[in-house]
Amino acid sequence: MHIMEGFLPTPWWQIWFAVSIPVILYGIHKLNGLVKEKREILPLLAVAGAFIFVLSSLKLPSVNGSCSHPTGTGISAIIFGPAISAVLGTIVLIYQALLLAHGGLTTLGANVFSMGIVGPVVVYLVYKAGMKANLNFYLVVFLATAFGDWATYVTTSLELALAFPEPSGGVLASFTKFASIFAITQVPLAIMEGAVSALLFKYVVNVKSDILVEMKVIEDKVVRKLRGIPA
Amino acid sequence: MSRKLELIVLAIILIFAAQFLYMSSTTDAEYGGADGEAENVINDITGGTYEPIAKPIWEPPSGEIESLLFGLQAAIGAGIIGYFFGYYRAKKNYENELGYKGKSKSEGDGHSL
Repeated sequence: MHIMEGFLPTPWWQIWFAVSIPVILYGIHKLNGLVKEKREILPLLAVAGAFIFVLSSLKLPSVNGSCSHPTGTGISAIIFGPAISAVLGTIVLIYQALLLAHGGLTTLGANVFSMGIVGPVVVYLVYKAGMKANLNFYLVVFLATAFGDWATYVTTSLELALAFPEPSGGVLASFTKFASIFAITQVPLAIMEGAVSALLFKYVVNVKSDILVEMKVIEDKVVRKLRGIPA
Repeated sequence: MSRKLELIVLAIILIFAAQFLYMSSTTDAEYGGADGEAENVINDITGGTYEPIAKPIWEPPSGEIESLLFGLQAAIGAGIIGYFFGYYRAKKNYENELGYKGKSKSEGDGHSL
């Protein structure tokens, strides 16, 4: 999903910066407030950020013979919400742009928008809807992160399609082309990301469920059920 | 503690691994990066006329260096995750065994012990 350095012409790279910067600023503001108010969330914040670090570094082979990587933003989106996830995603994207020539500084705005904003927003919405529908907690985490991962790559396809419309078929035709690379490659990886994220959540629930309850991520009675403690 | 979720995740990973093994030994798929393929599509659409507006400031000089930096990224992340899970786990055990209550305990989490 990394759009390479220089591969978004004017005005598109500026547009995506204009969209992403306010969200990042709001995220930093929210993050500062949260850290001041609840210092005990710092380790969990580190774990959520580290999970993005690990997953976005793993380029995995997919069914159609090309490689891509998961995003890892699901954990932070569920615990801390989309705005803070945008901040964490930006840190990872800057590391990769500067040290790996993976993504780039001019395309940072667009990449933050797809990986740091749209992905986490989808995760968050699917998670809230799933919990409201009373589905199994781990199933909801799986669905939310898998759809969030996939949405990130659909967004990248859209960003590229808008910047490079087909001369004949327009944006829609070129979206189909980009999506056939990104969105299809990503389906199996999204499933794996969902599964691994659900597993990580199991361990968070096991060792630190009190913070999750306090952050209103998950209700007390759900924790009791998951851990087999009678209410 | 039930290990059901671990088994399901393991099964999903094994299915993908088996699929990859089978496909990589029966076809000559290149397993290049999807990001690079997007570049080809851009060339296709624009007829090869698009010039990138910027170049990376620094590029890893070789594939080895690139994999070093990717490996480093994963290692930093994995280290942090392992450290804090170990910390939480040990803390919980001590709280259980010694009845120790840290001063940062907030109300409402008595059930987590």
